[in-house]
Amino acid sequence: MKDSRNARSAIRIDLMLIADMISPGARVLDIGCGEGILLEYLGQFKQVDGRGIELSMAGVREAVRRGLSVIQGNADTDLKDYPSDSFDYVVLSQTLQATRSPRVVLENLLRIGKYAIVSFPNFGYWRNRLHLLLKGRMPLTDSLPYQWWDTPNIHFCTVRDFVSLCGEVGITIEQALALDRRGRVQKLTTLGMLTNTLAYQAVYRLRRDR
Amino acid sequence: MQRSHHSPLVWGSEHKPDGWTVELGHEQPLLLDCGTAIGPFTIAYQTYGQLNASRSNAILICHALTGDQFVADPHPITGKDGWWSMLIGPGRVLDTDRFFLVCSNVLGGCMGSTGPKEINPATDTPWALSFPVITIADMVRAQAMLLDYLGIWRLFCVIGGSMGAMQVLQWATSYPERVFAAVPIAGSYRHSAQNIAFHEVGRRAIMADPDWCSGHYLRQGKVPHRGLAVARMAAHITYLSEAALHRRFGRTLHNRSQVTYGFDADFQVESYLRYQGSTFVDRFDANSYLYITRAMDYFDLTVEQGGVLANAFRGTKTRFCVVSFTSDWLFPTSESRAIVHALNAVAANVSFVEIETDKGHDAFLLDEPEFHTTLVGFLEGAAAEHRDLLRCRGL
Repeated sequence: MKDSRNARSAIRIDLMLIADMISPGARVLDIGCGEGILLEYLGQFKQVDGRGIELSMAGVREAVRRGLSVIQGNADTDLKDYPSDSFDYVVLSQTLQATRSPRVVLENLLRIGKYAIVSFPNFGYWRNRLHLLLKGRMPLTDSLPYQWWDTPNIHFCTVRDFVSLCGEVGITIEQALALDRRGRVQKLTTLGMLTNTLAYQAVYRLRRDR
Repeated sequence: MQRSHHSPLVWGSEHKPDGWTVELGHEQPLLLDCGTAIGPFTIAYQTYGQLNASRSNAILICHALTGDQFVADPHPITGKDGWWSMLIGPGRVLDTDRFFLVCSNVLGGCMGSTGPKEINPATDTPWALSFPVITIADMVRAQAMLLDYLGIWRLFCVIGGSMGAMQVLQWATSYPERVFAAVPIAGSYRHSAQNIAFHEVGRRAIMADPDWCSGHYLRQGKVPHRGLAVARMAAHITYLSEAALHRRFGRTLHNRSQVTYGFDADFQVESYLRYQGSTFVDRFDANSYLYITRAMDYFDLTVEQGGVLANAFRGTKTRFCVVSFTSDWLFPTSESRAIVHALNAVAANVSFVEIETDKGHDAFLLDEPEFHTTLVGFLEGAAAEHRDLLRCRGL
């Protein structure tokens, strides 16, 4: 058995935070799972029964090669096939801003899963604001490296935008983490203005309103 | 090639130089979808590797329309390597050091299993068109009887491409509790109108050959080789892709520097197809071709499910790995995707990979490293749940 600390250091910090939100033995659907790094970790260290959807064929092939149950698919078109309540957790990591209909996707996440875990880059991050303010151009940063005309990220939102959408569609935020540029969790307890300015990215654990 | 030479499992079966055969359905004949009961009947099969003590390492390989049980042996007629010999052997994708592989010639086939060219004991003449029309489900029932006979109740995996994929899906729906993992490759849950159309062209070509003799060519000592060759030529085009044909032949002329203003095989592609047609006739029976193409045409898993494919998989515990190829226009990716969607709808355990290649439908028979590594990954993942199937690492 591999040392679990080594495994932890081997996966991205935001994935680590997501993994920590998932209880052992759960059924997990990872949407936009890439090469299946999170799923592999969850399978190995949390005995999770995991499935994945990934848009890029290269990612899917690599994940299946690793022995994971992953299909080539698209969050916008393929979620409707999944029955309600078929998973404990549905994970959407760094993908929401690239979907065509984020609201529909979000609703689907919480139809399919008891909980959803969603992470996204915060467009309200102060550097993005400054970039736009001073340069008058769309922000280009290390987390948003694409030019406006070739970006897959077609629906950016800020932390406050996201919180407001959750309220609108009847989603309860159970846990919220703001990450700084190095992926460290910021000690921000509220999701107010300060977080909206200082969070580089955000990770949420969500459930349906009771 | 390492071959399982005897295992106590194959009492009663006969090992001829060209493979194993067994007579099944003595006590209980096989009731076919068409309503006819058939039995006893013969199934010819090959095995590779050894069945383990817990009988948990069996993989059933399902062959395609013109394939047969000689997956990894030299073909007894053509002498060519088995159609999946690339995948089979110690340490290979289908590792004969770990798995016990079984492949049987389908019912209705012409490589030793009961089919239209064999003798009907009731009349002492070849069955010809008096052979009952069979379905993919019938083929699978016969395979299940073979496995009962071999003492294998649960298959670690059922795998096959094209018509083999149809059998895989039929296995997973007819005998879900007997199938731990299923790998349908380049297949569909139902034969499309276009594919039925191509099959009809092939069948009409055979039947239009005067040597077909209304199906009784064997009795007349004839072979409808022209018709069967044309059927094969037409079908062969559907197994390739425009890009693959162009890459291989382009408009290159065949052994000549200019066109002849006639109807000889001026172009290499013509000569290639003629060759494909003529060699096929040596190894395949024309009536078998009619019967097996018909079985494929009739295949539609939704028929008994009120038109909803997902119902066919409801409650399945089988883990699936669906594979398609980008340039396959005979069984395009959209067909595989429909299977995946149906499996998702019942929250089944499914992987789906589309392999990028320009080799068309035939890619499943060819050297496609990405395809092969995908299979290895999937089988490893599935084997991880079977303690006795894990590869020994450095012990």
